[in-house]
Amino acid sequence: MAEATFKIFRGDRNGGQLIDYRVPVAPGMVVLDALHYVQGYLAPDLAVRWNCKAGKCGSCSAEVNGRPRLTCKTRMDALPLGEPITVQPMKSFPVIKDLVTDVSWNYQVNRKIPPFMPRPGVEWKMDQRDVDRVQEFRKCIECFLCQNVCHVLRDHDKKEQFGGPRFFVRVAGLEMHPLDGLSRTGLLKEEIGIGLCNITKCCTEVCPEDIHITDNAIIPLKERVIDDFYDPVLWFLRRLKGKRAK
Amino acid sequence: MNEKYETHEHDVLIIGAGGAGLCAAIAALGQGATVAVVCKSLLGKAHTVMAEGGIAAAMSNVDKADDWRTHFRDTMRGGKFLNNWRMAQIHAQEAPDRVRELEQWGALFDRTSDGEILQRAFGGHTFKRLCHVGDRTGLEMIRTLQDRGVHLGIDVYMECAITRLLKDGERVAGAFGYWRESGRFVVFKAKSVVIATGGIGKAWSITSNSWEYTGDGMTLAYDAGAGLMDMEFVQFHPTGMVWPPGVQGILVTEAVRGEGGVLRNKNGERFMERYDPEKMELSTRDVVSRAIYTEAKEGRGTEHGGAYLDISHKPADYVKKKLPSMYHQFRELADVDITAGPMEVGPTCHYMMGGIRVEAETAQATIPGLFAAGEAAAGLHGANRLGGNSLSDLLVFGRRAGLAAADHAGSVRPVALDESQIADSVSEMLAPFVRTEGENPYQLHRELQETMQQFVGIFRSEEDLERGLAEIRALKERAGSVRVEGSRLFNPGWHLARDLKSMLTVSEAVALSALARRESRGAHSRIDYPNYDETWGRHNNVIDRDGDQMTLNQRSISDMPPDLKEILAE
Repeated sequence: MAEATFKIFRGDRNGGQLIDYRVPVAPGMVVLDALHYVQGYLAPDLAVRWNCKAGKCGSCSAEVNGRPRLTCKTRMDALPLGEPITVQPMKSFPVIKDLVTDVSWNYQVNRKIPPFMPRPGVEWKMDQRDVDRVQEFRKCIECFLCQNVCHVLRDHDKKEQFGGPRFFVRVAGLEMHPLDGLSRTGLLKEEIGIGLCNITKCCTEVCPEDIHITDNAIIPLKERVIDDFYDPVLWFLRRLKGKRAK
Repeated sequence: MNEKYETHEHDVLIIGAGGAGLCAAIAALGQGATVAVVCKSLLGKAHTVMAEGGIAAAMSNVDKADDWRTHFRDTMRGGKFLNNWRMAQIHAQEAPDRVRELEQWGALFDRTSDGEILQRAFGGHTFKRLCHVGDRTGLEMIRTLQDRGVHLGIDVYMECAITRLLKDGERVAGAFGYWRESGRFVVFKAKSVVIATGGIGKAWSITSNSWEYTGDGMTLAYDAGAGLMDMEFVQFHPTGMVWPPGVQGILVTEAVRGEGGVLRNKNGERFMERYDPEKMELSTRDVVSRAIYTEAKEGRGTEHGGAYLDISHKPADYVKKKLPSMYHQFRELADVDITAGPMEVGPTCHYMMGGIRVEAETAQATIPGLFAAGEAAAGLHGANRLGGNSLSDLLVFGRRAGLAAADHAGSVRPVALDESQIADSVSEMLAPFVRTEGENPYQLHRELQETMQQFVGIFRSEEDLERGLAEIRALKERAGSVRVEGSRLFNPGWHLARDLKSMLTVSEAVALSALARRESRGAHSRIDYPNYDETWGRHNNVIDRDGDQMTLNQRSISDMPPDLKEILAE
């Protein structure tokens, strides 16, 4: 049976190194299968997160040959097997151990987002076309690969001012919900800093759910922020009506 | 033992953060209780996220003739009348309100042309009944509940594993566990504990279940003295992936058949005609699983020992719209375009009908202060669960468990923790590090999976079950002396050493119950007793703990009131 060599990061907060493991290759095998083989036969303490193994839970994110991937969907036959395959933890989050990183910051950001708030007295009927638009955002499996590649987080570590693509997608899902009655533009502008995004589309490229993060979520939200805070005509109209954005 | 641990105190402790756990948390919080949710994975990754087909609820949006009575009857028929009839009644009556509640919390279901929640057909359901979001209904549900719970103020303890329930006399007093990340110990003090830990599929080698499904909640309850009921009823879903090897067992949603998919053998025959000519592919899961298994065993299977499931006669755009994750799953993992050709599928261990014995109204187990809901609890589904009844189960009984747990916590005197129980728990957890020799837990896990797959699978016999039971007991001995390498920091080998103990406990309970039930009913098929037996139809098997011995008792099913009997007679 063919074998592949893996170089897997082993270490913790205090540092670590790539360690070589030889793994037999089976047809249709994915990188997560290889990690399980290593756990089961070579290194039982190798730390890896995973749950569904079918691309539905977003637990097994890592960097395979330097590319952010779900390891359960990364086929070995799509990688050059003549050379070692490196598997490293997501770079934007602190390492806990091996391939497991501390993603708790994401859960803190999520708490800042005001939940769905139906307009008073709505009739609970919706058109499929309106639902379709939002369902794209609801597909997000929270793998945090978009957060991992976003340079605002990865290179500039602006976790205090910036929410990241995952949470723009979440806000978009709420803002465009056909029955939602709340505006979250204040949050977008002040607390999760959508202005810092300069639309490089790195997030869209890595999304395993093919959500058009930049085009369908971030850009329309940026437009809403501009309408609410920078459009002089709308600003004037609001003054007249005595309305303020939340 | 002077090992340090931290202590947290809440009114209600919920173990498990899937649909049932989160519903329980939201309900308990609404009663004014302080609530903690503990989960082995990150929040939002629980098994509910993998549910695909939909939530069964008689909303009658599509088929106007549907009502709770029909849903009740379908559930009882699917469960071969072994169900707790009161649970089946409550479930059918309350499910529509729970779906509406989810929508009011922000869930977005697929719609009918007049803007209502769309419902699809599913096996065993008389009418189109499953509220759904394409084939990712579970994701929609868990995200909605997760966001609702977090904003209401639940304290969530992520990546924390509970290893023992603590007791104050006969009452539950909390739980002991450890942080997976650091390996440090933690104690939760609580007057009510809700177990919502899901199933046990990881004891089999071919399963749709994740690493978390090791029966820990059932084992915690059993160890604390609660009864486990209907443990012989393990659902093998008819359609798991069979090729390539790495994806074997991964679920192929029943929605494929609900949307019109047909099953064929290698000769192109639509073989369901021979097993259930009336319902065909939409027969109940136990029937379809046995059919696929039998076709393959008799030489009419596909190249990799399954059956063909084909939806390619539907327009490609329709398939991609209604079954998007199936389309991607097969394209990316199996190089198959399901809009152009058939999938290869075969049975996979999927769901546990049995579990902790509870009261219908309150979800309370046989120990004061202990509650259970969802897959970890027994009763609603009887001998076989209908697709779609699991998500509605989580909503209905998760909520009820949360309400009852909060009520209980508000009405009893404070609990006291017993240091000696904590010290025992600490030494149990540290033992695998102390040993200088011993086996690798992964090796034992593989052997258990092979044993369960081979001897406690779809078709069972006295000989196989006896053999399986003997092997489980031998593995139990060996599991008492496993050794783990490395540190306590996020160490999967160490975690498996503990999970293994749970899997062995539930495996023994399954084999013992299966051996006792000398008939075939629902998901329990005995080749040596292939028929229904009236007498067995009036009893549930209950596993209890007697010292270190597992004992089995039969409990009679209570008489159904006349109004429900009438519904079944219709």
